[in-house]
Amino acid sequence: MELKATETAVPKAMEWRHRKSTKPKSERIIEFIIKAGGLSSIVLIIAILIFILKESAPFLIKRFDFSEFFLSTEWNPASVVEIKYGILALLVGTLLVTIISMLIAVPLGLACAFYISEFCSPQLREVYKILIEFLAAIPSVVWGFIAIMMINPLIIHTFDVPIGLNILNASIILALMSLPLIVSVGEDALRAVPETYREAAEGMGATKWEVATRVLLPAAKNGLMAAALLGVGRALGETMAVLMATGHSIQIPESIFEPGRTLTATIAAELGESPKGGEHYQALFAIGLVLFVLSFIVNLSADYLIRGRKK
Amino acid sequence: MRSAFYLIFILMSCSRQSDVLIIQNKGSDTLVNLAQAWAEEYKNVKPKVAIAVSGGGSGTGIAALINGTVDIANSSRAMKEEEREEALKNNGKTVREFVVGMDALAVFVHPKNPLSGLSLEEIACIYGMGGECTHWNQIRGTVVPGCQGNKIIRVSRQSNSGTYQYFREAVLGKKRDLKLGSMDLNGSRESIDLVEKTPCAIGYSGMGYISKHVKAFCIQNTKDSECIPPTLKTAVDKSYPISRELYMYTSGEPSEEVKAYMEWTQSEEAQKITIKAGYVPAAKR
Amino acid sequence: MFKPSIHLLNKDIREKNFKNILSLVTFFLFLPALGIIFWLFIKGYPALSWDFLTQDPINGMTAGGIFPTIIGTFWLVIISVLVSCPMGVLAALYLSEYAKDGKLTRIIRLAILNLAGVPSIVHALFGLGAFVLFMNMGTSILAASFTLAVMNLPVIITSTLESLKAVPHSYREASWNVGASRLQTIRYIVLPNSYPGILTGVVFAVGRSAGETAAILFTGVAFYLPFLPSTVFDQCMALSMHLFTISTQVVGVPEAYPFATALVLILLILSVNSIAVGLRTYFRVKRKW
Repeated sequence: MELKATETAVPKAMEWRHRKSTKPKSERIIEFIIKAGGLSSIVLIIAILIFILKESAPFLIKRFDFSEFFLSTEWNPASVVEIKYGILALLVGTLLVTIISMLIAVPLGLACAFYISEFCSPQLREVYKILIEFLAAIPSVVWGFIAIMMINPLIIHTFDVPIGLNILNASIILALMSLPLIVSVGEDALRAVPETYREAAEGMGATKWEVATRVLLPAAKNGLMAAALLGVGRALGETMAVLMATGHSIQIPESIFEPGRTLTATIAAELGESPKGGEHYQALFAIGLVLFVLSFIVNLSADYLIRGRKK
Repeated sequence: MRSAFYLIFILMSCSRQSDVLIIQNKGSDTLVNLAQAWAEEYKNVKPKVAIAVSGGGSGTGIAALINGTVDIANSSRAMKEEEREEALKNNGKTVREFVVGMDALAVFVHPKNPLSGLSLEEIACIYGMGGECTHWNQIRGTVVPGCQGNKIIRVSRQSNSGTYQYFREAVLGKKRDLKLGSMDLNGSRESIDLVEKTPCAIGYSGMGYISKHVKAFCIQNTKDSECIPPTLKTAVDKSYPISRELYMYTSGEPSEEVKAYMEWTQSEEAQKITIKAGYVPAAKR
Repeated sequence: MFKPSIHLLNKDIREKNFKNILSLVTFFLFLPALGIIFWLFIKGYPALSWDFLTQDPINGMTAGGIFPTIIGTFWLVIISVLVSCPMGVLAALYLSEYAKDGKLTRIIRLAILNLAGVPSIVHALFGLGAFVLFMNMGTSILAASFTLAVMNLPVIITSTLESLKAVPHSYREASWNVGASRLQTIRYIVLPNSYPGILTGVVFAVGRSAGETAAILFTGVAFYLPFLPSTVFDQCMALSMHLFTISTQVVGVPEAYPFATALVLILLILSVNSIAVGLRTYFRVKRKW
């Protein structure tokens, strides 16, 4: 038995050595670099988590109080009476603008994806694709500028409300910003449905409408949901545009015409003026941690849906 | 790919022209506009000295001075005793203070607002924690034309800005907070732009920022006292209730070039820029 | 004769309506995109001039031009691409040429997806914690560019991966069969055939970093600098940040200035993107398979 084992083990070991030795050293080094490069994204995502944890750790250990942090609407880090770090109002602001923007963007975006993938002529599709890329390329600070200069007066005049920098404004901007993503991912999902499905349905006399609702929609369901989720991720993490559009006010808005504030905007507005290493600074990193976790959940669910489709 | 690495190498190794001296100047966002205007002019006075200005707030500037990473810290509040001690401990040098100008905070509204002035007490009622003034009619029965619901929209600044903290101290004293739920904007321009377009709104900012499209209130110390408008004169003689000094700090006795710059900021030429930038020149002492 | 029943006729009308509604929706979604550019152009055009592009801001940034911000943006974009491009290409090469379908590959893919989804302000926090403070770069072009590079990495990996995958597998097999090693195959077959795609992805990444504001806010951009950066350890001004500053903080800027700045930023990004689109179309026509 023992002998046999050595017999088989030796040639294997030899083969391994042999293979290694034929490769020049430089080649091995380069392959090692490539493999290391392959791990870069894992390293980076862990590094992001570690550094945010590191900077927020003193706050999380010493000051953090679950019920204050998540259930209080008072974010008052500069108070002279009682300093409070409650992110409820900010969290609600973030969720509100995300949800309302998705209510606008998802139906429109998916309708758009349907049109581009099912009805468009190839030339027109190319035009739209370029337009989508173009829309996606407009930077968020320009969107914020548009929110202030264009949407703000528009809302005031249309709805006769006192202030145009509010939840609705931010939602419109976010909807426009996440549309390109929703349209292109949605279109990919629709085009991934095999052509035979459509042919089979049309062969049985189904109209395009029926094909769309009864065949394509169920078949591409997961992909379309993933498109919506990626849109959510985009809206959740957007910073400069919402900083400029929401009105930046710490309160739970009673209507979409009231200003609010988001988690991302709070970091952007306050980090610059909080001395490094202070409690406020650490608390802002703790908000960063919340954002990181939220985006992680959203992205993982989107991936799960896309993977589900491929199975 | 290789050329890319060379390029990085070249970029990394190319050093600054050695004859330009850079003075790092950091701190208060209130002062940043003035500091920037000075830096710009100083380029003409002494081309070999460049002043890098960045904002970040009074706290950041002072923290940087304590850590020894800046030459000059801008601050819209006086340095606290413990901060001075810390700086002494870290650098072994006592901090030197320069009063470079003054700033008066103007409280302003939309031109349609019929009021022309407020008392400190009324401002506290609008902005202060627990203050009950939420609608314009609660203040001298005002009705603001074009303002839906007559609601007061409070425009404020982010809570760690020097402007916010000084406004709070001047209006509410050291023991009361501002009400949450105001629109905490990022800069003076945004505040003024917003009030300009919003009949319901009230805001505050450095006096020099006020445009002709908004109406600056005169302020009464108490209900019956004289209503004092924010002007250069009232700010200098300190009769205007919401005015403060602006500081620059250096670590110990400043180096020659920094000293020259600090002296220049006190000159007539620099003080002219102060006025132009919307601040009040430092009172001659 | 054969007449369509009412039922069928209704169906027909509904069908047509369906298509029309969809096309209208799509059309009106893209209208704003064009409208916005048009509007920015009208409002910003009066301030746009050669001087605006080539002069320093003066009078407390209320006059003059935006030259240093353009230069700063170039610095940031170029250095970030120099960092993220090699890393991204390596990562994509690993995934397409070496990785087997296993747990590790799955985790790498998830990491890329999440890296792409991390909010930009969280990237900024990371940049501040890791580059500015931990690696002691200070607020500098280097720190800001690294932050941008981390943000762009997933974009570059994904687009590179796509173009690597587009090289037919038979090419690789042919190369292996004549005795080339994996690395030689990559060097002489895979990379030359996917350069165009990689390039396109990189150019898109350039466009993306040029507009980014949040990630560079705390890592390397100054409000105002009286000099142009000369090393990567200097701070710089940036076009996107400048737009934010003059539209929210600086009082007394002429109305057209922020519009013109926004217009320059958008035109810059659009021209970069058009280059990418052009490259893609050109190489698609030239493609051998």
